[in-house]
Amino acid sequence: MADLMQGKVALVTGGSSGIGRATALIFAREGARVVVSDVVIEGGEETASLIREAGGEALFVSADVSQAAQVEALVAKAVQAYGRLDAAHNNAGVEGSSMMTTDYTEADWDQVIAINLTGVWLCMKYEIPHMLKSGGGAIVNTSSAAGLLGFRRGSAYVASKHGVVGLTKTAALEYAKSGIRVNAVCPGAIDTPMMGRLTDHRPHRAAKMASFEPVGRMGSPQEIAESVVWLCSGAASFVTGHAMSVDGGLVAQ
Amino acid sequence: MGTLTSGKVALVTGASSGIGRAAARIFAREGAKVAVADVHVAGAEETVKMIQDAGGEAFCMKADVSKAAEVEAMVGAVVETYGRLDCAYNNAGIEGALASTAEYTEADWAPVIAINLTGVWLCMKYEIPHMLESGGGAIVNTSSAAGLLGAPRMPAYVASKHGVVGLTKTAALEYAKSGIRVNAVCPGIIDTSMVGRLRERRPKMFQKIEAGEPIGRMGQPEEIAETAVWLCSDAASFVTGHAMAVDGGIVAQ
Repeated sequence: MADLMQGKVALVTGGSSGIGRATALIFAREGARVVVSDVVIEGGEETASLIREAGGEALFVSADVSQAAQVEALVAKAVQAYGRLDAAHNNAGVEGSSMMTTDYTEADWDQVIAINLTGVWLCMKYEIPHMLKSGGGAIVNTSSAAGLLGFRRGSAYVASKHGVVGLTKTAALEYAKSGIRVNAVCPGAIDTPMMGRLTDHRPHRAAKMASFEPVGRMGSPQEIAESVVWLCSGAASFVTGHAMSVDGGLVAQ
Repeated sequence: MGTLTSGKVALVTGASSGIGRAAARIFAREGAKVAVADVHVAGAEETVKMIQDAGGEAFCMKADVSKAAEVEAMVGAVVETYGRLDCAYNNAGIEGALASTAEYTEADWAPVIAINLTGVWLCMKYEIPHMLESGGGAIVNTSSAAGLLGAPRMPAYVASKHGVVGLTKTAALEYAKSGIRVNAVCPGIIDTSMVGRLRERRPKMFQKIEAGEPIGRMGQPEEIAETAVWLCSDAASFVTGHAMAVDGGIVAQ
């Protein structure tokens, strides 16, 4: 165990798999007590067990981040269980349908925006008051390389992730003087269950995805998680309002 | 002592004071052997002494990063002394004259570009071959919030720091598959001697800039240094080609 997050309480949404699970595990490795949340109960419970098996402290709370009442209850349960909230990784997201802008249906669109963008806003809406009470905190929102660049057949995802960057900057400015830092992380192609769905679990499609990466490989969930946890730590005390690319050079092209 | 750069060899230019000195000390705190370079020998020697007093290993040399022969000799001395080069923080820079674009003289312009931009390129030119030999490495170049935004009466500084961002992305793409990561750090207003000089020369302009820090205070050199060292560590293994703002939210505005 290291000590980047010693004595702190961290909340991770989308913590049942992929990047969220990796962040929850690394928060715990660095000494934080972790509240894991997701709509996928089995995976979320498993993440909490993995943390406890490694000697850490964790709690799973089921919540759909697109529902205000559920987000409010989630944050309240976190504070009730551990007494405070110091760090939050608002990470829950969906990829949505893969189709051209004109073919997108309102139902497809609404779901992606509700989870990826409104969900991040709702999380901050209920997290920030608790951080203000305890004198500060740090938030990292999961955007994407698609929060900085366009991608064909991903209009709702791209719009939601661009929105997360703008929302992150705005919240960062609003709470900069109150000791709350707000940053976004922009992952490139990462080897997660979401990526598995996007490549239809076919190796040649995954290889093609990796070939878009200047480093020639996909990133691992742990590589994003290390950035997120570092951004939440005291070492990043002057970093706020930043959209941090962790993408093997993808957006530098 | 930490272990972020344990067993590694790091070179820091502009390490006689401010951000460079802080980075040299944090590299050492995290376990690296550190080569300290600057044109200001007395300050560089003091940085070495601080590292040695804290139980670390360091040596210093005089080098003007705008002179190819001196940069080649500097990098040669690091490899001769410590056997390899794993991390380089190309940080040496000057603020230059304060005058509007049309009033800037060629004599004002040339040294800023030579040190801040050509100097970073020369450092990479001689560092990268050694990193390729040992199978990889990590480079961080000091850009600035002025590498992402304009700043009145600083045309050469702004051009040089924008140039560093472009150069960083290009080198990152070129060496991504060779295990060399290249990133830039973009500090906001940091409490260094450079900023002290600017404040003395243009108190009114400076007041305005300082008032523009969303976080309501200047950053400390250590806050930039923590970022630079972390970017050089394996925790940042999927971060390359990125211009990372460490600026209390300035560029988010």
